[in-house]
Amino acid sequence: MTVTRATQPPSAGKRESPPREPAGPAIRPVRRGDLEPIVALDARVTGLEKRDYWESLYRRYGSPARTERQFLVADAGGRVVGFVIGEVRDWEFGAPPCGWVFAIDVHPDARLAGTGTRLLEAICRGFRRAGVSKVRTMLSRDNNLVLSFFRSQGMMTGPFIPLEMDLDAAESAPDAGAPR
Amino acid sequence: MKLQKNTRLALYSVLEFAADPTRHISAAEIADKYEVSPHHLAKVLSELARAGLVESVRGVGGGYRFAGNARRLTLMDVIEMFEEFAAPDGDRREPGERTPVGRALGAVLSEIDEIAKATFRSITLATMLRLLARQQRGQAAARAPERGRDGSKVKAP
Repeated sequence: MTVTRATQPPSAGKRESPPREPAGPAIRPVRRGDLEPIVALDARVTGLEKRDYWESLYRRYGSPARTERQFLVADAGGRVVGFVIGEVRDWEFGAPPCGWVFAIDVHPDARLAGTGTRLLEAICRGFRRAGVSKVRTMLSRDNNLVLSFFRSQGMMTGPFIPLEMDLDAAESAPDAGAPR
Repeated sequence: MKLQKNTRLALYSVLEFAADPTRHISAAEIADKYEVSPHHLAKVLSELARAGLVESVRGVGGGYRFAGNARRLTLMDVIEMFEEFAAPDGDRREPGERTPVGRALGAVLSEIDEIAKATFRSITLATMLRLLARQQRGQAAARAPERGRDGSKVKAP
């Protein structure tokens, strides 16, 4: 998942002023001209420019005609300040069809204004239109900023456990485990 | 996962205070609600006050009130004040921990701990209060009798 990372971890601070109301960037389907600011935003947040990756995502998810795939941007007066990408996946891991959010990001200058919430709400509306009633995502457990965001939106740990292994280690362990 | 009694008391308390930061709540009120000893709770509240999460208000109508930031303060921030998450030092190792089986078991337990810590770090008090509100709405909806379109009660099939 492409997600933002916390530059300053939240801390137990004193009271802050009340949260601002969502400023209201328009949420709309991505256009080809949005790719430059998206590549730049991703590069700024992750420190790695992945132009080919974003071109590929645009080709696969950029068509508004495919209701099961969504690539939305937050447009604040002509400036792209965020994006979200997701799709409906059928029977993946044996689960009934559900929406997956696999990328979300908001420009650091535009955070704390409800943009992430609006992006997530918009993609969830699309998932409902596509006929699913559940949304899932997955991200690194050290990505506290985005974990906290999804938690604040009401998401909870789901019934799946992500697993991984080092392939080199597996090769050197020929007798590893059931099932066979 | 089991939290120590003091940790649970601290979480109950900060959530009570954070639910209405303007309200002063007495230790006795919280002790009564959660059926704990006021003396025990007082120690926990004084720890929270020392950390600046609550402040005591003296006089008539006094008690404690929330002094933190519910949108920033996480469950982990509170839990860390009362639980020891660090690896035990050499003198405090459990028997068998250094054996191959002990080390393998330790790896599994550490995996579980890391997931638990990530979960606690990702949940702010504001998020917990929203979760609480959702649960209460869900319970209220479950208790409400089913009604037909004309408002009359509908019998379950």
